[in-house]
Amino acid sequence: MSNDNILLRVDGVGKEYDGNRVLKDVNFTLEKGKILGLVGENGAGKSTLMKILFGMNVIAETGGYEGSIYLNGEIVNFKDPVDALKAGIGMVHQEFSLIPGFTTAENILLNMEKTKSSVISKVLGKRLETIDMPEIKKSAQRAIDTLGVNIDTDTLVSEMPVGHKQFIEIAREIDREDVKLIVLDEPTAVLTESEAEILLHAMRKLADSGISIIFISHRLHEITSACDKIVVLRDGIVIVEKPTEGVNIRQIAEWMVGREIEKRAEIVHRDVKTQIQRDDDIIFEAQNLWVDMPGETVRDVNFKVRRGEILGIGGLAGQGKLGIPNGIMGLFETGGSMFFNGKPLAVNNTLEALKEGIAFVSEDRRGVGLLLDEPIDWNIAFNAMQVQNKFLKRYFNGLISIRDDKAMKAVAEKYIHELEIKCTSEKQLSRNLSGGNQQKVCLAKAFAMNPSLLLVSEPTRGIDVGAKKLVLDALRKDNEENGTTIIIISSELEELRSVCDRIAIVCEGQIYGVLPPEAEVADYGMLMAGEYKINEVGDKQWQR
Amino acid sequence: MAEVNKFIKNFGWPRIIIGGFLLTLFIVAPIFGVRIDTSLNDVIVRFGMSAIMVLSMVPMIQSGCGLNFGIPVGLVAGMLGAVTSIEFGFTGMAGILVAFLVGILAAAVFGFLYGQLLNRVKGDEMIIATYVGYSFVFFMNMMWLILPFKNPTSVQGFKGEGLRVTISIQDYWFHKISDFLALPISSSFIFPTGMLLFFCFMAFLVWAFFKTKTGTAMTAVGSNPDYARAAGININKMRTISVILSTMIAAIGIIVYQQSFGFVQMYNSPLAFVFPSVAAVLLGGASVNKASIANVIIGTLLFQGILTMTPSVINSAINIDVSEIIRIIVSNGMIVYALTRKAR
Amino acid sequence: MKMDKNKIGKLLTASAVPMLFLLICLFAIPLSQFSGSYLLNNIVTRLIRNSFLVLALLLPVMAGMGINFGMVLGAMAGQIGLIFVTDWGVPGAPGLILAAIIATPIAMLLGYFGGRVLNRAKGREMITSMMLGLFISGIYQFFLLYVCGSIVPFKTPGMLLSRGYGVRNALTLNVAKGFDKLLLIRIGGVNIPVGTFMIIGLICVFTVWFKKTKMGQDMRAVGQDMHVASTAGIAMEKTRIQSIMISTVLACYGQIIYLQNIGTLNTYNGADQAALFAAAALLVGGATVSKATIPNAIIGTALFHLMFLVMPMAGKYITGQAMLGEYFRMFVSYGVVTLALVLHSWKRQKDKEMDRSQFRIAVANPPDK
Repeated sequence: MSNDNILLRVDGVGKEYDGNRVLKDVNFTLEKGKILGLVGENGAGKSTLMKILFGMNVIAETGGYEGSIYLNGEIVNFKDPVDALKAGIGMVHQEFSLIPGFTTAENILLNMEKTKSSVISKVLGKRLETIDMPEIKKSAQRAIDTLGVNIDTDTLVSEMPVGHKQFIEIAREIDREDVKLIVLDEPTAVLTESEAEILLHAMRKLADSGISIIFISHRLHEITSACDKIVVLRDGIVIVEKPTEGVNIRQIAEWMVGREIEKRAEIVHRDVKTQIQRDDDIIFEAQNLWVDMPGETVRDVNFKVRRGEILGIGGLAGQGKLGIPNGIMGLFETGGSMFFNGKPLAVNNTLEALKEGIAFVSEDRRGVGLLLDEPIDWNIAFNAMQVQNKFLKRYFNGLISIRDDKAMKAVAEKYIHELEIKCTSEKQLSRNLSGGNQQKVCLAKAFAMNPSLLLVSEPTRGIDVGAKKLVLDALRKDNEENGTTIIIISSELEELRSVCDRIAIVCEGQIYGVLPPEAEVADYGMLMAGEYKINEVGDKQWQR
Repeated sequence: MAEVNKFIKNFGWPRIIIGGFLLTLFIVAPIFGVRIDTSLNDVIVRFGMSAIMVLSMVPMIQSGCGLNFGIPVGLVAGMLGAVTSIEFGFTGMAGILVAFLVGILAAAVFGFLYGQLLNRVKGDEMIIATYVGYSFVFFMNMMWLILPFKNPTSVQGFKGEGLRVTISIQDYWFHKISDFLALPISSSFIFPTGMLLFFCFMAFLVWAFFKTKTGTAMTAVGSNPDYARAAGININKMRTISVILSTMIAAIGIIVYQQSFGFVQMYNSPLAFVFPSVAAVLLGGASVNKASIANVIIGTLLFQGILTMTPSVINSAINIDVSEIIRIIVSNGMIVYALTRKAR
Repeated sequence: MKMDKNKIGKLLTASAVPMLFLLICLFAIPLSQFSGSYLLNNIVTRLIRNSFLVLALLLPVMAGMGINFGMVLGAMAGQIGLIFVTDWGVPGAPGLILAAIIATPIAMLLGYFGGRVLNRAKGREMITSMMLGLFISGIYQFFLLYVCGSIVPFKTPGMLLSRGYGVRNALTLNVAKGFDKLLLIRIGGVNIPVGTFMIIGLICVFTVWFKKTKMGQDMRAVGQDMHVASTAGIAMEKTRIQSIMISTVLACYGQIIYLQNIGTLNTYNGADQAALFAAAALLVGGATVSKATIPNAIIGTALFHLMFLVMPMAGKYITGQAMLGEYFRMFVSYGVVTLALVLHSWKRQKDKEMDRSQFRIAVANPPDK
């Protein structure tokens, strides 16, 4: 099937990270001057695919990839991003890579500056050519005009609104000579409605000028309105590759979240009946909660947690689900009000939250969850010691409290046994444990405090299957035996559906709806994509 | 072979080289007519004199404030204690205790302010601490001139005001700690039991402190501040406590040094202790954010060993005095090495 | 109108430090009882001596590496050059040029080494460059004390210590005033060495030109955001090394100019304070650890040395103690560097908080409702 008009052909591409398969036999094509919408949940393999396409070093470092990629009919294998740039592939990342103290023009032509040669540069090399600022401005202006936005080339990037920065990033990519393909990774996430509109128009203009675009977005209506073709990735496989015409949003949502009826049977729902939960016995409530967690902003969240339940919080990355537990614990600047056991709970006060009996297992295991350079027993006992004065021997009427090493050892051994933590002894440094065992240590730290409310953030991220099951079982056991109320925040919807009593879906910093685990997959997908909200009564409110 | 490699990795090349060098010096010393007992005496005395100052590095390193390049802040507090004690004419053990007391009080105040400053400049502590140390010394130099000290032992003779550059403590509390239970082993080797006991006492206090709840929290702050914050610990408070502790220990350290040395050196003298103290603890195996009592003992022994042995042995051997240069290269090289190691 | 207000505010904050020092000086000048022409003469001298060294600090600031306390590496290289030409007996300006030629490769080598070391200590460049200076100073002393006169032959025995090897502590330079004497003119009792000023002018032109080159642009980019610059394909580590190398070589020339004006060389401690005084002068001129300009350097040098000149005398006349003023000016030198470092670090943290708080306002008051 050779077509002269095909720019990019991805043929049987697969990728494995340390035995963990992320991509399996991915195939699709992109024609010249067309826009391809790439859709998928977190972990579906989108970013790995883009890394392969862009020749990122991690790919080569972890053993390369299978299959081949053809650009203009020729097989390509980029050694590094610079190679990819030379071949005419541009990428706009989610996080801005702009120099704040540079002007618009300087940023658009960063490291592609127009220069004038002089006698000195002829002797001492090209890097001593002088910068030709008027030419740079002219070139930048051209790129901005192509996009159809109005940005002054002399403004400093540090003094401009977020939306403009996104346009500058794109302008930089199209300013390169013979750019053929641009990848836009969630470009509309930071834009206002009208700015997003302008961007979609600009994309079409670019496409008409012959540049192909891969457009990644979770806003499904943008995909249907702007793209020529849609590719849905799930679990590393291309689920669908078809023209956008005639595809509706609900279908995409279903493809994206997937795992249809035949898989439904595998979900082992927990026996909710074992727990008596009542709508009027509320252990925790949040009202108008906002959390300023970079990259996971919570804007306005309201929810109630019933005593004794396991509540799941799901949603796509960057939408704010991780901000909720971090905000409750006061780890990032937070506002709004919270109630615990009917009493107000101070915001921005980690110590009080801990003292009240709320424990938190952070998603950032190595960054927040562990003292990597200290032994396991320290890690497990630390919070209980500092907050609840456990594992201490007191002298002089409590004036001096000395660590009780024996008690610490005992508790560490107990959890090493219970959670099957694989280690040489309780004195092993937590740095030297595997990811799964580190996660178990984090759990043990929370259990050691005997919390009445336990927040667990991404409990199974990056750990192997065996450890995953153990972690989830341990959580369920704690809930059933000790009556601990648990909130699990996870990107893996299936996991939430298998252990939770109710699941709240977060989108754009708000809770878009709370669903029972057995609700239809497409409904989850629509909530995650923010197409509609479901209120407490179950009515759908369309957002777009 | 793997065992050997592991040992080298754990122990670190700098220590193996310096340790080996020191051992060689001791072995060849008799060949060049350098008496071993004199050498041992010198090493042990100098160890006792400077070990507490090196110990003062530990709390700040453990709490994540980095190497205490601002140690002059504490040393000045100790000097203030010493001259105050002399001013009021306390002699003997009482003199030292008063010096300790005043020094510790001053160190608490200075340390608190110094700690508040360092809390506002997280990430840049070391360079700022260095300059704070220097600025503070010159500020106090003005104070030494202005403060109304009157005791003729301390003030400049011809003017009757302004402190001398070196103040003799011969008549006050010279060697009062050093000579406590001192054991004369040979004519030129007097074991300064008191001074070493006192170091052990201080080291025990520091060790015990790090076993308390607060000490544990402090270690966690240094090891991973985000972890500590998630456990509800007030990071700035822990850091301030560590800075106060370091400053107090440094104040005690300089008084112990002075009682053995026989003089209170004023004015720019604290600046001479900065890099040697930092280098010693690093030489002992500490890193920018982890230090232990063992690091202090090993480091001070190695560092002072080199300082005492190189002039005597190498001078006798080849008649060249390279000790000063070896000191500069070893101490500053050690610090550069530690700063360029990847922080884990 | 609002913009104007902002600009004026910025101008005021930028010039607050120089203003403060100007005030201190204006207050102390009458007290010091120096005559105007004496002060003017001295400031001209100090400008000749020091401005080149201060200008050498500009590029590393631009490359985001803060104050290059490692500039003493260059100063030492310059001193080695001077020691050799003194031994060979080449006088005047040709001797100085020869010294520079000898010193350049040494300075480049040291600068390259320094750059490599600083690349391993990202985020703590300043303390590392300072310690590096002290470390290299040990090797420098070893070279001059033991290698010179024994392994490296010296023609002039008078330069060596009485034991037969090792360079003396103080040397009289026969290249003294080599540049100053070129085109020396007198205006109303003030000596103006036009030759040296032309060299200083040349370095200013060089700096301005360099900022406009591709390499200069890369340096600015790396200085603002290392990560972004390197994802854009700029050779980040190489650019940082180059900035340190250029700074070291300039510092080497700066030290040669400094010493030709003074006329004698303090062999072993001559370079120690070079970085401190240069840094203090630059910061007094209103520069920060992340932004420094040529006017900052020149104004700062003049103001700082004016203060340095008048303070001991003013102190002496007020208190009757000469040492007090001496300590005071040392305190101010270190203090101003401390203050600048603290303010810079503090501001950086405040800026981060500001960024976030703006966002918070946006969240707390959603625009649509």
